[in-house]
Amino acid sequence: MTTSGEPAPIERVPALVEQFKGGLVAPICLTWEWTYACNLSCAHCLSSSGRRDPDELATAEMRSVIDELRAMQVFYVNVGGGEPTVRPDFWELLDYAVANQVGVKFSTNGLRLDAGHAQRLAATDYVDVQVSLDGASRQVNDAVRGHGSYDMALRAMENLAEAGFRNFKISVVMTRHNVPQLDEFAALADRLGAQLRITRLRPSGRGADVWNELHPTGQQQREIYSWLVDHGDRVLTGDSFFHLNALGATPLPGLNLCGAGRVVCLIDPIGDVYACPFAIHEAFKAGTVRAPGGFAEVWRSAPLFARLRTETSGGACRSCSAYDSCQGGCMAAKFFTGLPLDGPDPECVKGLGASALPGLDRGALPRPEKDHSHRGRALPLGMPEVRAPSKPCDSSPLAVTA
Amino acid sequence: MTAPFQPGLGYRLNPDVALRAEPFGALAYHFGTRRLSFLKAPELVELVRGLGCHRCVSDAVAALPDGRRGIYLRALAALAAADVIVPQRDRSEST
Repeated sequence: MTTSGEPAPIERVPALVEQFKGGLVAPICLTWEWTYACNLSCAHCLSSSGRRDPDELATAEMRSVIDELRAMQVFYVNVGGGEPTVRPDFWELLDYAVANQVGVKFSTNGLRLDAGHAQRLAATDYVDVQVSLDGASRQVNDAVRGHGSYDMALRAMENLAEAGFRNFKISVVMTRHNVPQLDEFAALADRLGAQLRITRLRPSGRGADVWNELHPTGQQQREIYSWLVDHGDRVLTGDSFFHLNALGATPLPGLNLCGAGRVVCLIDPIGDVYACPFAIHEAFKAGTVRAPGGFAEVWRSAPLFARLRTETSGGACRSCSAYDSCQGGCMAAKFFTGLPLDGPDPECVKGLGASALPGLDRGALPRPEKDHSHRGRALPLGMPEVRAPSKPCDSSPLAVTA
Repeated sequence: MTAPFQPGLGYRLNPDVALRAEPFGALAYHFGTRRLSFLKAPELVELVRGLGCHRCVSDAVAALPDGRRGIYLRALAALAAADVIVPQRDRSEST
């Protein structure tokens, strides 16, 4: 999948965080994946996408979910997949949502964003586009996202820029190989009149298979934090680096709260509702929009959500001096690496998660469910040519050096 | 750019903004700027919804207890800065 939720920019109001822990009338940050079909086979895909699921919501069902979101005053959704634009009814549904005051931010690998569609999008209010790119150079990107994906994304972004679409998002999942390219990503965003969005690599979906090799090192985590402290006002993060707040006195912008089931949730392509986009697993499944009562009933009454909305104990982390700033980190990251949910995050900046990892039986880890991967198209991750360039111009004709 | 907040003028909820009731008050979503704001008290929500019926903001807050008026004026100033409430004279321009 290509997206994760992105709350709209929020004024920082600490007291509200406490309110949010108890849940809201409707989600603020709803991710809705429209299909498991994807033209790519990204090594770290959160939703193990590839092949369409025969049980995906039909056009009429999609419309009725949109009707419901309108009634609940869910003002915008983050649409992802899979590659959402491969749905034949994608443009029709986009128009229907927008006409019903449900704004759409969709994530794409750029597949359908030719000049014509770029112009159409630039002319539509309440639509935002997020193009996925996981390397500022062809080598780094294509090693994770597949051959040709860099050129496809760049072409789409050029089309958006030419059509006058301002502030579309360039969405980057931070890996060991692209942390050194942060400045290059920012320069690319500046050149295209776009906004950079960086998010955390999660061990979810196929990401579970590559997390060990790809997740940023401890040193790189500190680099990400410092870079965000310096540039954070212009960069979106989907609140995904709040676990790094324990690194310094300057909190990163955002709610700094695990929003799962409280302000965040996921509707998957077959209508199942999960606590968050990174947790497609039975343990985090709250219900389905196909049941009587639809999405609203799941959001309001699912026992799982009720549980997530009650204050957590903090468990083993509670005595840690950093708990107030990191809140124990990401539930999904803990779950899929086999760590207890009330303990440290695998990327705990105090090293408490990492030290617990080697003792775990990797064979006994919970497996991500609903694998829709293309068969026989695994990317040869970790091939010798996959290296971060030592100089920006080594790899990218678009690199801007200071 | 939004003009400085002037309690002597009439304001109203921006037609591009929708309010959603929440346990703490309401959240306001601006369809133009795509920004969320939070109205952290039910009384503030009531005040904002009824703002357009008053000739000026000072009139709208007149019924509030003395001690609370300043708090609500500050909240309204913040909402004006976020373009959630707009001067009433914009009515003819924006519709």
